[in-house]
Amino acid sequence: MRQSSIIDIISPVMAGPSSSHTAGAVRLGLLARNVYNAKPDKVTFKLYNSYALTGKGHGTDKGLLAGLLGFSVDDYRIKNVFDTEQAKQINYEFEYFEDFNRHPNAVDFVFEGGLNMTLSGASVGAGEILLTQINKFSVNLDGKYNTLLLVYEDMPGVISAVTGIIQKDNVNIASLHCDRSGKGKDASMCICVDGELSKHCLDEVSELQHMYIVRYIKKLES
Amino acid sequence: MENVITTFRQLYYVCKEQKKTIYDAALDYEVSKGEYSEYQIRMQAAKSLNAMKEAIKTGLKSTEPSPSGMSGDDCYKLQKRFKSENSILGKTAQKIMTYALATSEQNLRMGIIAACPTAGSCGIVPSVIIAYAEDNNISENDQINALITAGEVGRIVSVKMALAGAVGGCQAECGVASAMASAALTQMRGGSAKQIINAVALALKNVMGLTCDPVCGLVEIPCVKRNPFLAIHAVTSSELAMAGIISKIPPDEVVDAMEQTGQLMSPLLKESSQGGLAKTKTAIALEKNILK
Repeated sequence: MRQSSIIDIISPVMAGPSSSHTAGAVRLGLLARNVYNAKPDKVTFKLYNSYALTGKGHGTDKGLLAGLLGFSVDDYRIKNVFDTEQAKQINYEFEYFEDFNRHPNAVDFVFEGGLNMTLSGASVGAGEILLTQINKFSVNLDGKYNTLLLVYEDMPGVISAVTGIIQKDNVNIASLHCDRSGKGKDASMCICVDGELSKHCLDEVSELQHMYIVRYIKKLES
Repeated sequence: MENVITTFRQLYYVCKEQKKTIYDAALDYEVSKGEYSEYQIRMQAAKSLNAMKEAIKTGLKSTEPSPSGMSGDDCYKLQKRFKSENSILGKTAQKIMTYALATSEQNLRMGIIAACPTAGSCGIVPSVIIAYAEDNNISENDQINALITAGEVGRIVSVKMALAGAVGGCQAECGVASAMASAALTQMRGGSAKQIINAVALALKNVMGLTCDPVCGLVEIPCVKRNPFLAIHAVTSSELAMAGIISKIPPDEVVDAMEQTGQLMSPLLKESSQGGLAKTKTAIALEKNILK
């Protein structure tokens, strides 16, 4: 487990009032933006539990949308994001739920458009966030590392092939998280790396057989 | 890795044996971990300090209410009083209270603040550092050193206890902020590593058990007013430590006790707004009006 640094304690510089409910919401939006990586026709934000109950007073709705539009946590426009030109150009709505099987600060992003995608995540405290599910796959994205996300057909040798390609970039793998819907069915892999993966590396991974989704998700600026 | 620093005792011995200040020992340790350079940490501290000053400047001038409408004009009232009546605590303390309120109110207006360590406690460290620095000609560089000292205190506490009201109650947020501020102040006043660490222990002992029971689940009541309270609390702690008063319970044991207290604290009093102030008759009535 990574220990905090002094930087974590004396920052972020952010729009208030809550690191979990405002800054965390912006970061979730930013990470969802990086994962979806396209302009959706419509986004539905589903807010759960404390996010649903206290979200308005904390500007959680504003934060989620601002992040999705690419605003950073210290952007003064967050407060009035609904009135910005960027917000007027996308179609969005908010829904509110109580579900105690979910994290107190949980949110789903439901993207509709050329690609339909549902992302689930939560603000886990002190502005730290976690995306835990992409469509039906469990993932483990905290926005702290550049991450390669793959969805592919489960079969022997894929992990070795992918890590072999990354090895050629001489980039260190910080963590690796795999999941699958069943033996021989769809599988997912999240590879967090130190440093940057080259376009060549990403192309090579995309060319592997039975890759359905290849996404290079950039880490969030702290 | 040489000289791992995860406790106040280790920090103290590194300072003593290598004749270092707390901020230098802290920076050397951070750099040895390999994630950040000294330059990056100093840049972030400068960025945060700058945001803190901006928040104070803006907050002092504003009376805009929070989105809930429950607060926003307390800093105005305090400034008005101090224009005609001096605080019995003196000019700098007056400034500290005012700056803490200004920052805290800016936070709930969705203004830009530096979380230090959290957004709810964002007024405590800046008010103490900036008010003292203004009144005593402390250089920008020494303010940054003070902020790094504060950061190191928060970091060491966070090794044992998450700095979140939901985990440890308000002792883990405003309480730790107060300990951080007392360390920063003691640093700026030329206190030794021993005095700084004692200031931390004294401050933490006195916030033990502080609950997090925000009305309507918002970072507002009692959070806003708690900021000036705990900023002045940091001054008391620094005064005691500068006088050579020692915490009979060593700082690391105080943190252990605090972590245990956080564990024992009912979940109803840890940011869930299910007990304490949040479930008073008036709070329930406010809830009906605000959370529609």
